[in-house]
Parts: sequence; structure tokens; C-alpha cells
Amino acid sequence: MNLYVLLKMVPDTVEELNVAADGKSLDAEFLRFKLSDPDEYALEQALLLKEQHGGSVTVVALDAPEVDDVLFTALAKGADRAVKIPIAQAGLGTVAAARVLADFLGSAPFAPDTLVLPGSQAIDDLEGELAPFLAAALKLPYVGVVCGVTPANGRVTVIKEFAGGLRAEFDVTLPAVLGIQSAEKPPRYVPVAKVRAVMKSAQIETVDLPPPARPGQLEIERTYKPEAAGRAEMLEGSPDEVADKLVDVLAKISVI
Amino acid sequence: MANPILVLAEQLRGGLADITFEMLGAGRALAGAAGAPLYAVLLGREAAPLAPKLGRADKVFVADHPQLDLAPAGAIAAALKSVMDQVGAGLVLVGCTNVSSGIGSLLAAKTGLPLVNFCRGAKAEGGALVFTSQLFGGKILSDVKLADGRGIACIYPGAFPADAGKSEATPPVEKVDVPVEPPAVVFKKYLEPEAGDVDITKQSILVGVGRGIQTRDNVQLAEDLALALGGAVCASRPVIDQGWLPLSRQVGKSGMSVRPRVYLALGISGAPEHWEGMQNSRCIIAVNTDPKAPIFDGSHYGAVCDVLELLPVLTDKIKARKG
Ligand SMILES: Cc1cc2nc3c(=O)[nH]c(=O)nc-3n(C[C@H](O)[C@H](O)[C@H](O)COP(=O)(O)OP(=O)(O)OC[C@H]3O[C@@H](n4cnc5c(N)ncnc54)[C@H](O)[C@@H]3O)c2cc1C
Ligand SMILES: Nc1ncnc2c1ncn2[C@@H]1O[C@H](COP(=O)(O)O)[C@@H](O)[C@H]1O
Repeated sequence: MNLYVLLKMVPDTVEELNVAADGKSLDAEFLRFKLSDPDEYALEQALLLKEQHGGSVTVVALDAPEVDDVLFTALAKGADRAVKIPIAQAGLGTVAAARVLADFLGSAPFAPDTLVLPGSQAIDDLEGELAPFLAAALKLPYVGVVCGVTPANGRVTVIKEFAGGLRAEFDVTLPAVLGIQSAEKPPRYVPVAKVRAVMKSAQIETVDLPPPARPGQLEIERTYKPEAAGRAEMLEGSPDEVADKLVDVLAKISVI
Repeated sequence: MANPILVLAEQLRGGLADITFEMLGAGRALAGAAGAPLYAVLLGREAAPLAPKLGRADKVFVADHPQLDLAPAGAIAAALKSVMDQVGAGLVLVGCTNVSSGIGSLLAAKTGLPLVNFCRGAKAEGGALVFTSQLFGGKILSDVKLADGRGIACIYPGAFPADAGKSEATPPVEKVDVPVEPPAVVFKKYLEPEAGDVDITKQSILVGVGRGIQTRDNVQLAEDLALALGGAVCASRPVIDQGWLPLSRQVGKSGMSVRPRVYLALGISGAPEHWEGMQNSRCIIAVNTDPKAPIFDGSHYGAVCDVLELLPVLTDKIKARKG
């Protein structure tokens, strides 16, 4: 199969996020970036498909902090090709990013067994999800919140998540865009030494494309941190003291 | 009169999802402020009989084509676009749910209208609309203005009260024809949730573990606590995706909705997708090493503490208290 995985860097929310002086965007100074969670699964799903059914995996990213490490890691895990489009992701917005990626992917006709696997959504999707915008631009079928993909007879059967643990199977004609939420297996681990070796032996291809005419189409009035709507009563102290206080709370609410 | 506001009624297996009423309530308030009519859209032959339940809308448009039953996002977006054009709608509300995932974005792509995702708040300001979007796992809010009141808003579940969208009134119903193309995505079958060893929706005491539990082996520490309390262990998505616990134990948007007497959230950050599944717990106790974790905002009790240090001590003390 001809598999494309799109990799997006997002701020790591384990770090504190602060609003910039413009009152609209995030303060970039202390942001630490990591690969968007669903993309870890999209890559894993692509690698599993390649192992089981043959083909090649191309990972594609726009320019973002630490993205080279992520692309090399993908190569170390088993991707065949890594492509970087040197247009900065920062401030671009989903609609414009979709346009750039559609330009790249749509520049030649698709092989009939092509699957484009973006993450289903990301934590900064203010303008919507990229996968459906991309599918619309490429005029390809789309399914989102996908957690399993099985090829059969030139098509794929995909599993989409609903709620309450309910899932459903859909039959999808190829080529298609699938927004991946999780994979059949957890993302594989690759030792740092292997990534280092790949950094020496492999190359990231650079593909120049014109930047989109209109980044970020929404008018943001204000960005801010939510006010605590009823903050928890905090139990202070060492783990031992906290445990004592928790036991008291559990007794008070008659759980023990 | 301002352009009509449309609400896409979300349905699954013959019933209307709560989000439908949440959107009708939010839409009613916006329609009132803007002096616009509020219309609901029901798609599919199976859905058509649900129209009388949508009395909060001024009118319900029904496209009862069988191919719109369990239709993929693309077919639904095409049908919605057609209804928008027929009634001259300015704003469309769609659920920010797994069921409706992608419909809003596909509609935005088709219409060229702006889309505001993850909406938790909405207000009218003159002819403009301002939506509050919740981003970065609940850590940041952005207010976004649709200056001419036209666009698509994806409404986050649980953000608006469902009661405001319910009414005993019987709405007028109008049939519409919409284009239906041969689908490239076809529903095959449901995969029922596997019956787990325990049904977490029926437990009164839940010990919820998140990524903060760090390893598969550490999950045992939570099992020990649950055993001492007479409850069960459940988890956030990353723990399930790692395969440390079965899918039947997942709480949240894609997993189960629970409402136990007490929910311990251990090493769980409190992302909106997790919150969605446990917000109705009677007492929420959160333990997290990050004093700024969003989970503390909605919880009743909290402690900034390493769960791996706390768990064994807490389990011992509970055993001692119970005697
Ligand atoms: C379509 C969709 C559906 C989703 N469905 C669900 C769903 O059903 N359920 C769900 O849960 N999520 C769901 N998610 C994912 C959700 O967005 C979050 O990614 C997830 O809830 C985060 O899980 P977490 O809190 O365990 O992990 P994180 O957000 O990584 O948080 C881990 C927390 O542990 C704390 N921590 C770390 N170490 C320790 C320690 N030693 N002691 C104490 N605290 C510690 C950290 O400070 C942090 O706050 C869904 C997402 C999408 C896009
Ligand atoms: N700048 C980008 N570079 C590469 N892939 C991207 C980019 N933006 C989005 N994507 C892909 O689209 C998915 C969904 O992103 P989005 O909905 O835009 O947040 C991501 O998980 C990536 O797979």
C-alpha cells in the first residue's frame, strides 16, 4: 500500500501555557513541542499495514520546532521516506495547512491503493480538523475517529469509534483519507541509538511549495486561561498526611 | 429578520443524542438575540420519526432518504449544505462528538464559511456572534468572533444545558430533497462494546488512573486501592490505548459515562474528553503532581502529590480504618 502519515507538532500541555502580550496567541517563549498524540498512532497504523500487506510509508510534516527529530524517529521506526515542507506551521491554521498538504499530496495522481493518514484531531483545532479539509481538497472519501484499518479486495474496512465503547465498521473505497485516533497496537518504541544512527545514514527530503495566500481565517478576540469554576478543596502535606486527610474525606462521604 | 440558524440533530440507533437538545437550547438563545428563526435538520429514514421531539425548533426539516441512515460525514455535509442553501441559513450548529466528527469541517470546506471548533460558550453581540472555544486539553480558551454571524460552530457536549432545548410543543415538519450520491464510505455493522469483567457504569466507587500511573505494573497499586474500597479501577484513554486495561474500563468521550458516588482521578490531567465521561460523579477527588492540572478546577477535593507514593500508603490506611 502507498501510505502517507502527516505529522504535526503541538505544544506539550504538561508545560504551563501562557498567553502572549497580544492577548490572542500563546506565548511561544516557553512552549515545548511534541508530536500530536493521534499522529503516534497514525504512524503505528501505517507501519502495521506495511508489515502485513507490503508497500511504503511516507511521513510528511511542515516546518516546526523539533520536527526533524520526529521525522528521523519515524524513519528509525520503519518509515521509508520523510518529507519536510519548509513552510512554518506556526500561525498557519488548519485550513491553510490542509491546502499546503493537499498541494503536496495532489501533485501527482494517486496510486489506487493510497491511504492518507492524518491524526483525527489535535488539541489546537480551533478552525476544525485537517483530515476532512484535506479529503475535501483532494476529493477523497473520509472517515474520522478511526481506530483500526484492514485492507480487503482493493478497499479497506475501518473501525470508527462512537461513544460508550460502541464502534462500527465501514467499508471505504481507495484512495481515502482516514483520521486516525488510535491503532491496533500501542506505538512501538525505538531506541535512541537507532534514531542517532538513522540521523547519520538517512536524509529528510525537502519539498518547496508556495505558501498559502490566507493563513488563519478566524478573528480571535481574546485568548485566556479558564477561571477555575469551583476549585477543589486542596489537601496539603506529605503523601502520608494527604492519605490521612483522604481517609477522613472518604469517611465523611460515607464511602468507608 | 436575520438568517436562520440550523441545528443538525444528532442521532444514533433510533434515538436523539443529548447534544441535540444542548444545541437547540444554545441555538434558541442565539436565535432570540439575533431575531432569527431556529430550524432543526433530521437526516435519514430512521430519523424522520424523531421530529416531534424537536419542539424547541421553529421548524424541522426532514430528508428521509434511506441512504442518509448511518451515512458518512461527507454525505451528511452535502445534505446539510443543500438545506442551508434552500433556507438561506447563516449559522449551523453541529455536535463536537465522535458521531458527528468531520461533518462541520467538510461543510466549512464546501461553503467556504469559517468554522469554530470545541465551542463551550456562545453569545450574540449585535449582528455578530462570539463563540468561546476550549483548546489545549482545556487549558486555554479563545473567544472567536463571526462578524456577520455566518459560520459553523461545533458544540462541545455538556457545555450547554439540555433542558433548555426541550419542549412539549409539536414543531412544524417540512420534507426537503437533498442530493444523495453513491457513497464511497458504507456502514457495515456495529461492534458492540465488549462486556468487560466489571461494568464500571454500575460501580459506586471508581479509582480512575491516567498516564500519571506510568507503567502497566503500577496499575496494580490502583487495583489494591479499589479492592480495599470495594470499588473498581477505570482509566483515561492513554492507559487503555497502551493496553494496560481493557476498553470496557475507559471513561470519557469514546468510553463510558460514569456517575459513581466517588471518583478518584489519579494522574489524570482532566482533558475535556475525559471530563465528559465523569463530570457527573457525586464526589471527585483528584491527585496530580501538577498544581495547575485542569482536573483540580472541577473536583471537590484535590491533592498535589505523586500517586505512586500515595497509593500504597492510602490503601494501608483505608484497610486499617475499615479494620
Ligand atoms: C476524539 C477523542 C476522543 C477521546 N476520548 C477519550 C476518552 O474516552 N477518555 C479519555 O480519557 N480521553 C479521551 N481522549 C483523550 C483526551 O483528549 C486526553 O488525551 C486524555 O484524557 C489524557 O489522559 P491523561 O489525563 O491520563 O493523560 P495526560 O493528559 O498526559 O495527563 C497525565 C497527568 O498525570 C500527571 N502525573 C504524571 N505523573 C504523575 C504522578 N506520579 N503522580 C500524579 N500525577 C502525575 C500529570 O501532571 C498530568 O496531569 C479523546 C480524545 C479525542 C480527540
Ligand atoms: N502542519 C502540519 N504538518 C503536518 N501534518 C499536519 C499539520 N497540521 C495538521 N496535520 C495533520 O493533520 C492532523 C490533524 O491536524 P489538525 O486537525 O490540523 O490539528 C494531524 O494529526 C496531522 O496528521
